[in-house]
Amino acid sequence: MTGTLSRFVNIGERTNVSGSARFKRLIVEGDYEEALTVARQQIDNGAQIIDINMDDGLLDGVEAMTRFLRLIATEPDIARVPLMIDSSKWEVIHAGLKCVQGKPVVNSISMKEGEAEFLARVRDCQRYGAAVVVMAFDETGQADTEERKVQICTRAYKLMTEAGFPPEDIIFDPNIFAVATGLSEHDNYGVDFINATRRIKQTLPHARISGGLSNLSFSFRGNEPVRRAMHSVFLYHAIRAGLDMAIVNAGQLDIYDQIEPDLRSRVEDVILNRNADAGERLLEIAGRYQGQSSAIAKAADLGWRTSDVAARLKHALIHGLTDFIVEDTEEARKNADKPLEVIEGPLMDGMNAVGELFGDGKMFLPQVVKSARVMKQAVTHLVPFLEEEKKRSGLTGVSNGKIVMATVKGDVHDIGKNIVGVVLQCNGYEVVDLGVMVPSDKILRIAREENADMIGLSGLITPSLDEMVHVASEMQREGWDLPLLIGGATTSPMHTAVKIEPAYDRNATIYVADASRAVGVVRTLLSKDKRDALVKQTRDDYERLRVSHASGRSAKPRLKLEQARARALKPDWQGYSPPKPTFLGVRTFDDWDLGDLRRHVDWTPFLSSWDVKGRYPQILDDPKKGEAARTLIADGQDMLDRIIRERWLQPRAVVGFWRANADGDDVVLWEGQDRAREITRLHTLRQQMAKDTGKPNYALSDFVAPASSGLADYVGGFCVTAGHGEAERSTRFARAGDDYSSIMVKSLADRLAEALAESLHARVRRELWGYAGDENFTNRELISEKFQGIRPAPGYPAQPDHTEKRTLFSLLGAEERIGVALTPSCAMTPPASVSGFYFSHPQSHYFAVGRIGRDQVKDYAVRKNMSFGEAEKWLSPILAYDPRKSD
Amino acid sequence: MTRDERRAALSEKAKSHVLVTDGAMGTAIQALGLNDSDFHGEQFAGWPTPLKGNNDLLNLTKPDAIRTIHDDYLAAGADMIETNTFNASSISQADYGLQEIAVQIAREGAKLARAAADAFEAQNPSRPRAVMGAIGPLSKTLSISPKVEDPGYREVDFDQVYAAYHKQADAMVSYVDFFAIETVFDTLNAKAAIAACMDVNSACDEPAPLIVSGTITDNSGRTLTGQTTEAFWNSIAHARPWAAGLNCALGASELRPFIADMARAADCLIIAYPNAGLPNAFGEYDETPATTSAHLGEWARDGLVNIVGGCCGTTADHICAIAAAVEGVNPRALTTRPIALRLSGLEPFEMQT
Repeated sequence: MTGTLSRFVNIGERTNVSGSARFKRLIVEGDYEEALTVARQQIDNGAQIIDINMDDGLLDGVEAMTRFLRLIATEPDIARVPLMIDSSKWEVIHAGLKCVQGKPVVNSISMKEGEAEFLARVRDCQRYGAAVVVMAFDETGQADTEERKVQICTRAYKLMTEAGFPPEDIIFDPNIFAVATGLSEHDNYGVDFINATRRIKQTLPHARISGGLSNLSFSFRGNEPVRRAMHSVFLYHAIRAGLDMAIVNAGQLDIYDQIEPDLRSRVEDVILNRNADAGERLLEIAGRYQGQSSAIAKAADLGWRTSDVAARLKHALIHGLTDFIVEDTEEARKNADKPLEVIEGPLMDGMNAVGELFGDGKMFLPQVVKSARVMKQAVTHLVPFLEEEKKRSGLTGVSNGKIVMATVKGDVHDIGKNIVGVVLQCNGYEVVDLGVMVPSDKILRIAREENADMIGLSGLITPSLDEMVHVASEMQREGWDLPLLIGGATTSPMHTAVKIEPAYDRNATIYVADASRAVGVVRTLLSKDKRDALVKQTRDDYERLRVSHASGRSAKPRLKLEQARARALKPDWQGYSPPKPTFLGVRTFDDWDLGDLRRHVDWTPFLSSWDVKGRYPQILDDPKKGEAARTLIADGQDMLDRIIRERWLQPRAVVGFWRANADGDDVVLWEGQDRAREITRLHTLRQQMAKDTGKPNYALSDFVAPASSGLADYVGGFCVTAGHGEAERSTRFARAGDDYSSIMVKSLADRLAEALAESLHARVRRELWGYAGDENFTNRELISEKFQGIRPAPGYPAQPDHTEKRTLFSLLGAEERIGVALTPSCAMTPPASVSGFYFSHPQSHYFAVGRIGRDQVKDYAVRKNMSFGEAEKWLSPILAYDPRKSD
Repeated sequence: MTRDERRAALSEKAKSHVLVTDGAMGTAIQALGLNDSDFHGEQFAGWPTPLKGNNDLLNLTKPDAIRTIHDDYLAAGADMIETNTFNASSISQADYGLQEIAVQIAREGAKLARAAADAFEAQNPSRPRAVMGAIGPLSKTLSISPKVEDPGYREVDFDQVYAAYHKQADAMVSYVDFFAIETVFDTLNAKAAIAACMDVNSACDEPAPLIVSGTITDNSGRTLTGQTTEAFWNSIAHARPWAAGLNCALGASELRPFIADMARAADCLIIAYPNAGLPNAFGEYDETPATTSAHLGEWARDGLVNIVGGCCGTTADHICAIAAAVEGVNPRALTTRPIALRLSGLEPFEMQT
């Protein structure tokens, strides 16, 4: 992994002679070979930096440090991470600095021996290129109170930055001391550290906070479960206050939420000094845990292995554990008369339990998909036996019902559909997934061959809405009598009610919001007694929607196109000089660093693609969804590591800039400097809603200087993809029965494409167009779009017409240059791609065109040289009128 | 022009131009076809060991030949030339038993290049011509054991390497405009060189800023001692170099992705001087000036570089073609990365604020 980290950093403590008895023994005995395995294990356990300390009376520190670091230099799987050179003796640190080619962290220096000595060491760190941990320690001693900690760190920060030391290379250790020692003056030590951390982070820019955890729980030495709980609870609060890293045993941290509640609350009282007898109260129960390995109900705890096989299968399914699934399935098969009984019995029972937990909101989608992975592995094991059985008896499997699903023609997006498929399978339905870009005739042919019980259609881009209507009308024409389910990001109850249901009324047509609804809808539709009620209810709802839709259209007044144009944004062109891009024409950028892109990943939509809805990072602490979100992101991060390390995906980008001037609602792109020959025109759409606020009615062309201004303005365009390599990977996972990973690759590729678009836009602003050389935003600010300039994409609210992508793609040569093509519906393929135009004007911003009138559609059709009917088809989602009725 | 003025003028020029450095020294010397007695010259006529291949020694024994190579590169359009001092350290010269005169070799090498640059500058005072004091990687390395059975063994230690570099830098500091710590394949050696140059600079009135150039040894994208480009940058950023980049080992077409990595990572000028392709079966470089310059011209247009030139196998013709290829092209814009705690092992580590 590249080590781009947004959150807490674990520093491995085991390569420390005072942190690990085993490591100490190995070093003292001179078994350096074995000592290296300790370093390796820590990295495997998630340490991102390893702390190395040889301070022991039995050792020559300089010699031991030098020898060990030189050995590490020849071990690539250890040397890949940065080292923390830890000693209380400067000569040992100094010797260590002379052995590492990377940029290490020095741990530590302080003002204990005065300013002169301190600054000499700071200079050495600068000379060798090292970051440094500064202890909150001065001439009078170690800081114990909040005030002293802040005061000493502030003084050190000032001295260091005045000496030219980079503030981002300063890491403060404000001293973690033991609590619950029985002495009341120690009770507030946890709070002092946490508060000091918060204040230092607020007042000393770029500085970091670290700490050594083991001191904290010193009073409970010998009682590992309590110590671990104390460390976890302390970290939980200190990280929130701004603790960036800590020296911990990376393999031994408990998850806060999983600590037994009674213990957790008593520990919390101690750490946060919430009552005077907190220490006593913790001591009261501490004895209970003595001798246990930890105080959590851990998934890795193998207690469940002692139950009977049915219970074990159920446990594995609920917890998504694949470790024993094959042997357990085999045991169940041997116990059963027929292999099918294993599926219908314990496996289905387990999946039903999963389904119930999911329905109750106690499990989340990613966990359910993991359960499905377990189920698939079990079934895969049984398949040969089932085949044999079938040969013998001629029996086939049973299922609760069969659903044929597809992403419709012209569309390539299938994450949501795949999730729905997996969830349905988990609930005992047979799913025939036809994949993406499936034409109507194929969907219906397979549905017939498979004798399906219902059909599900999915799509993400707006033209897919029309394709769904087409499938629906074909079903009507051919006289089908099956329920039709509609899902996907652009679909809605309104669209289903207004467009699809009128096209197919021979059976139920139902919109399904997400995977968690799908099971309920399918189950009800297939049940004899509840089906009719649902169908009737839906029909009534949709009828109401149609009525309100019809009235809504006429109710909201639209301006005439010429009125709207009169209210266009009119920037002050006189005082404006448009920035000139550093190049004109098209360039390909294909040397992207995935590790770098990872930093720009926006996790909120990632979670959302798995139906875990909520804002990142707050959702991580959500009592209900937090655990699911954390696990999902951890799995996502793990896979990102592999994507980066093994170069699964090949991100590519193409950027173009052209001379441009607005001409009404069009933007003309010019060939030469004289701006006489047109290359092509971009067509934009103008808002026609009546605004009483006096705000302009925008079109994207408003952000480009008109030719009449005499200004030489420009626009840009781009297309990026992170999709090359994705299909291959996700298919490989899907074939191996691992839908969880298959969907994970897709959703990560999508996020990386977005991250690439974001990162490229930043590069455009700072370098390629170069009008914002001095901007410097955090990822969060970037996501909230605080910068100048926009990158609207055709098919999105500021330009809802997908066909403008065709102009963009031919300008960029996107297919030839970076291998991104458009389907007939203008979906990009590979799907993990993003494209759009660049506008640089300071007043440019995202807006929604909203609904438009017939007059603009007519005008637009003429400008685009399209028939009126075709324009109406592409713009159908935003028409302010019913195209079937005349004015 | 004083050295300060020259550096200021060059920094200014770098804002609107892609600067050009010289081409190979080693392969240019090879092309002269000198024999062992040419290397010995009069001064070392009785020296007991063969000296052929000790290119730096020619600063003393055949100074005119070295001067001609500098002149050819300056005439070809180089804004900056490198001294013939790649191995002018006591550790490298010890291979020939010449450790005692390493300082003299370094000083004379610096003077030769200075005289050549000054002569060209005198002809056209508005065009600065700078000298980079070349500091090579040494024949002994701090991160690798030469004994397979004893990975903890080292032939030299940091203090010895530091002392050798310190003497070399001290001998050159009065003549050169920059120190160029180049062809870095072991970053720990480079860190010793950086510390040495920093110390020499802080002890003199007119410090010479640093240029640091690493070497990616193959398509794995790593240095010989295993660092990625970004990890390398994180390790040497404390030198606050005037320019950083990559040279040697690869031809332009192989080097491009790693230069792009460097251009993303580093907040100083980016310098790139690849070999004339990969060596052929005879160990010769046969990439034509047209091919090399086409690559470098493209890098310039793509905004990846600020300073370009050539390493092994490149000639004055290559430099002439490279200068023409980058003429009128805007250099890479200097970027500032977000402030972050950046560390490295073999791989980079970053924690953003």
